[in-house]
Amino acid sequence: MNSYLSLENINMTFNTKSGAFCALDEVSMRIDKGEFISIIGHSGCGKSTVLNIVAGLLQASAGGVLLENREVNTPGPDRAVVFQNHSLLPWLSVYDNVRLAVDKVFSSCKSKKERHDWTVENLALVHMEHALDKRPSEISGGMKQRVGIARALAMEPKVLLMDEPFGALDALTRAHLQDSLMEIHARLKNTVIMITHDVDEAVLLSDRIVMMTNGPAASIGEILRIDLARPRQRLALADDGAYNHYRAEVLRFLYERQRRPAGEAA
Amino acid sequence: MRNNVVRLEKTVVDKEKAAAVMQQADASVTPPSMPPVVKTGNNRERWSAALKAVMLPALTFAIVIAIWQFIHVQVVQEIPAPAVTWDKAVEIFSDPLADNGPNDMGVAWQVLYSLGRVMAGFGLAVLIGVPIGFLMGMSPTFHAAWQPLIQILRPVSPLAWLPIGLLLFRSVDPSAIFVIFITCIWPTLVNTAAGVQAVPKDYLNVAAVLRLGKLEIARKILLPATLPYIITGMRLSLSIAWMVIVAAEMLTGGIGIGFYIWDEWNNLSVPAIIVCIVLIGLVGIVLDGIMSAVQKRYDYSRA
Repeated sequence: MNSYLSLENINMTFNTKSGAFCALDEVSMRIDKGEFISIIGHSGCGKSTVLNIVAGLLQASAGGVLLENREVNTPGPDRAVVFQNHSLLPWLSVYDNVRLAVDKVFSSCKSKKERHDWTVENLALVHMEHALDKRPSEISGGMKQRVGIARALAMEPKVLLMDEPFGALDALTRAHLQDSLMEIHARLKNTVIMITHDVDEAVLLSDRIVMMTNGPAASIGEILRIDLARPRQRLALADDGAYNHYRAEVLRFLYERQRRPAGEAA
Repeated sequence: MRNNVVRLEKTVVDKEKAAAVMQQADASVTPPSMPPVVKTGNNRERWSAALKAVMLPALTFAIVIAIWQFIHVQVVQEIPAPAVTWDKAVEIFSDPLADNGPNDMGVAWQVLYSLGRVMAGFGLAVLIGVPIGFLMGMSPTFHAAWQPLIQILRPVSPLAWLPIGLLLFRSVDPSAIFVIFITCIWPTLVNTAAGVQAVPKDYLNVAAVLRLGKLEIARKILLPATLPYIITGMRLSLSIAWMVIVAAEMLTGGIGIGFYIWDEWNNLSVPAIIVCIVLIGLVGIVLDGIMSAVQKRYDYSRA
């Protein structure tokens, strides 16, 4: 019963003008240390709500989140978030954006020099050490997201939460970043929860894919375990039978079992 | 070429995509193979743009001066001729720093005294307006409490406060500064509050994940994020204040460009008044130019 991170019977009801709206109904999952989990589902199914509850940015109406058997319900750097639109502070340089996080998290346990080194080390990890003094407005969307990932990693989180991290990027940039993320995950063995719309991304990166049913009152429809050896190569996998089987499973769930009514499809 | 122009315009409009577009432009590596014809066309465009920028305004000035001359000759002869006004300007600016006692000081002193009052009132308004605006932006309760008062007072001409200032301070100089303070406080307040309310939720989420304290959030997130709005408010304030000071000084007397105009009117020296009108305009342009430069400096999307 001692899983690293567990979501216990989470319910989420929003009070709207037209009455109570039940977004999530009895969402439970258990995640092991070092696991890479993707959450996939149609728009509006409450994927982001789940992530925000784990992050502590939203409070569940019922149920709760346990991290190493302790309840967490406020935000904290142990559950660092990579936001979809990077959320870098535009008045700070790339270095200072990461340094802000490093200074805050390690103010007591690292010297100034160590904090500097740690900042640079994390930016090197995402291949951004060449742009330390650039402002966010001076770098591309993919680079911004790399910095966003560096900032999250620099907090040494117990769980890394990623909210459609590559959703706004073009396909080539996205592939580069996915490769970087796989490299980092292989090296640091982070526990990751990632929200995505992209079936290929989910299969390529995940140990398990959590597929959510449509809202309102969304819940977990199926969980698919991806038993593909790591490290994974996207080119080799393109012709791989198992890979395509997993892909088809997710597509079947999304487009047969959870197909949206025609009127809502847009 | 045309394509490039369209793309550039897009870049300006859609700042988010700017970086990506630039990259695409890099990737296509066109510059070395650019045909020279394009360059000439570009040069010609530049020349005609420069011509427009100089010639058209010059033409407008010429027309206005011609009408002025016509009015002087045919309508109201007391309006001085442009040539006479020019001579007066040369005379005024030949010794702008003259100091022959309090009743006869050069025009530069008059402008400096006015600027001093504007800066004092403006500075006070920023010192008081920004913190209150911050509180209004951060606390809905505070906002609800202050908003009606501000709504009532904001449309009032700041000059209406001059008698109140005279009563309060029993002296003209602080009263003029008080009027400028009233002028500047509303735009500063309103813009600061709007800026705080417009801080993206994402920045606050970042702050929450980092567990920043209330003061840290104000200092490290809200203040820098709001700064562009605050500066916009300051720019608005300053340009209105420069207009209001002229009228205020006409009423308070003493020294200052406003009273200088009034004095010249009493002396029936109309050419000097016209010179002052132009001078006030030029100083206004300089003030606005400074604020515009500050504004650009803190426009993060351009950096």
